[in-house]
Amino acid sequence: MTTIQERVTTTAPVVTRKKRDWSVAVRIIVLLIASVFVLGPVLWTLSTSLRPPSESFKLPPAFLPLNPDLTSYTQVFKQLNVVLLVVNSALVTGLIAVGQMVTAALAGYAFAHLRFKGRGALFSIVLATMMVPAQVTIVPVFMLIRGVGLSDTLLALIIPAIPTAFGTFLMRQYFMGLPGELAEAAAIDGASPWRTFRSVYAPLAMPGLAIVGILAFNFHWNEFFRPLIMTISEQNFTLPLGLVSLQGNLGTGSISVVLAGVVLSMIPALVVFMFGQRALQDGLTAGTGK
Amino acid sequence: MSTATSTPTGTGREPGRKTTHKHSQPSKRGRVQQRWLPWAFLAPTIVGMGIFTLLPIIASIALAFFRWDIISAPTFVGFDNFAEVVQDPTVRVSFVNTIVFVVVAVALQLGLALGLAIMVQEKLPAWLRVFFRSAFFFPLILSAASVSIFMRYLFNEQFGVVNWLLSLIGIPAVPWLTTPGGSAAVVILVYVWQNFGFSFLLFIGGLASIPVETYEAASIDGATGWRKHFYVTLPLLSPTTLVASVMAIINALQVFDQPYVLTRGGPGDSTRTAVMVIFESAFQRLEFGQASAIGVILTLIIMAITAAQFRLSKRFVFYQ
Repeated sequence: MTTIQERVTTTAPVVTRKKRDWSVAVRIIVLLIASVFVLGPVLWTLSTSLRPPSESFKLPPAFLPLNPDLTSYTQVFKQLNVVLLVVNSALVTGLIAVGQMVTAALAGYAFAHLRFKGRGALFSIVLATMMVPAQVTIVPVFMLIRGVGLSDTLLALIIPAIPTAFGTFLMRQYFMGLPGELAEAAAIDGASPWRTFRSVYAPLAMPGLAIVGILAFNFHWNEFFRPLIMTISEQNFTLPLGLVSLQGNLGTGSISVVLAGVVLSMIPALVVFMFGQRALQDGLTAGTGK
Repeated sequence: MSTATSTPTGTGREPGRKTTHKHSQPSKRGRVQQRWLPWAFLAPTIVGMGIFTLLPIIASIALAFFRWDIISAPTFVGFDNFAEVVQDPTVRVSFVNTIVFVVVAVALQLGLALGLAIMVQEKLPAWLRVFFRSAFFFPLILSAASVSIFMRYLFNEQFGVVNWLLSLIGIPAVPWLTTPGGSAAVVILVYVWQNFGFSFLLFIGGLASIPVETYEAASIDGATGWRKHFYVTLPLLSPTTLVASVMAIINALQVFDQPYVLTRGGPGDSTRTAVMVIFESAFQRLEFGQASAIGVILTLIIMAITAAQFRLSKRFVFYQ
């Protein structure tokens, strides 16, 4: 604790130093307690998944996996078609992310740098659709999908999720930050409008596109409501659906085995967290006046 | 095509490959374009949103006035669906549940987020600040379904870690998932656990935008500790608080994953929410008209709350 206080006082040349030290210490303790409550359940999940299934409910609980045992992980591959679920989730999530990046880049560029009649009005409509909850449109979307014979397919999850109002909004903001003179210069060099977009603006907008992609990935990898409705047969399940079915209605699934599945499903999210946390945070809070 | 753009000064010489669109040759100043060009860029998004968002909104409203089980032809029933839905005890109780959930969960979420954001944003070693920010943000990247799966074990009455912790301070085992009150509490706690980080991020952003001089001025005037926050931070943070509360309320009104996985709406109807009854009446009872009617009511509530918040904001939000 003393080292922390020393550090703080060196960075905080405040008037009442002694009083300050105390308040900083109290603050750090409160924040540490909060982080224990936030991270504790995740650590328990990890450590329990690494214990033999017979010790799942051992109390006092272990929060650190000291003697890792991989029985639950081999079990979860036997009880659940993990590979298929991962492939399904990856296909759905990947294609949605790529689709959103492409369509949002195109539309965002048009709203930012191309001139056409009704641009403002059209953009307002795009923004307004963000207010309507997905649960309200799900019934007609389900019927439409069923009408064109796509029910219980992965395409039923992918296609309706590709047009993105939020992604379009983000990309418009991003393209507006790039000067319009670039287009003029490209035109003088004889580039067509498509060339201008493809070779000048799109490469510069990669950081913005990454945010759209990461947000789409995080949302749809974790999505539960739409897959629950759109898929019926287990061969089209995504990971969250598979895990919930493994736990079962009455929670009859073996605990450590279910938790092993949960941990496996978290790995891609963890990778995103480690490498794209900043982008994810920026994307989530974009458009909130920050 | 417009006259301004039809100045193909070199179209003949250009290879077709370079300009796939026959006439999209830019003028000398690069400003004038073919009229259809923007629409080519917009088409995927506009057509997609038309089919998968706008059309469904209209269809949903229309469907609310029909009785349709998807198998036989729909019949027009006027406001019958709304009348039945409003009378239905399950629907009523689920809307009451949803409103109680929203009030408690959003209050907890915003309070927790604001308190922690103020503590993190004050003087703190940089590495600790990064650690706390990442820790509080972390649950947001997990799926609500996965979180609910492991939380269900943690709240197990006999073997769960939560009751074990409570037993350490002498509290007898709480029947979390088998009683109405306990279940509601678990759904709220699990939801807040996962979502407070979002409001936390918004508050961090808001706090960072308050100029340091304001605090210095307040200190000179003798304000310290919590007084300083009450008279400086809260008023200056009110635009952020408005945005954070609107977003938190809209999201909470649509809660589904957590109660579905944790309790399936039970015991009884005690944790059934508005979206759960939409899901059940449409996809379990095949009453698509009623489901749409409930959806329309939920949307109207969301719109009314959003409008009310922005109206209130005119009076209470302090813009610098």
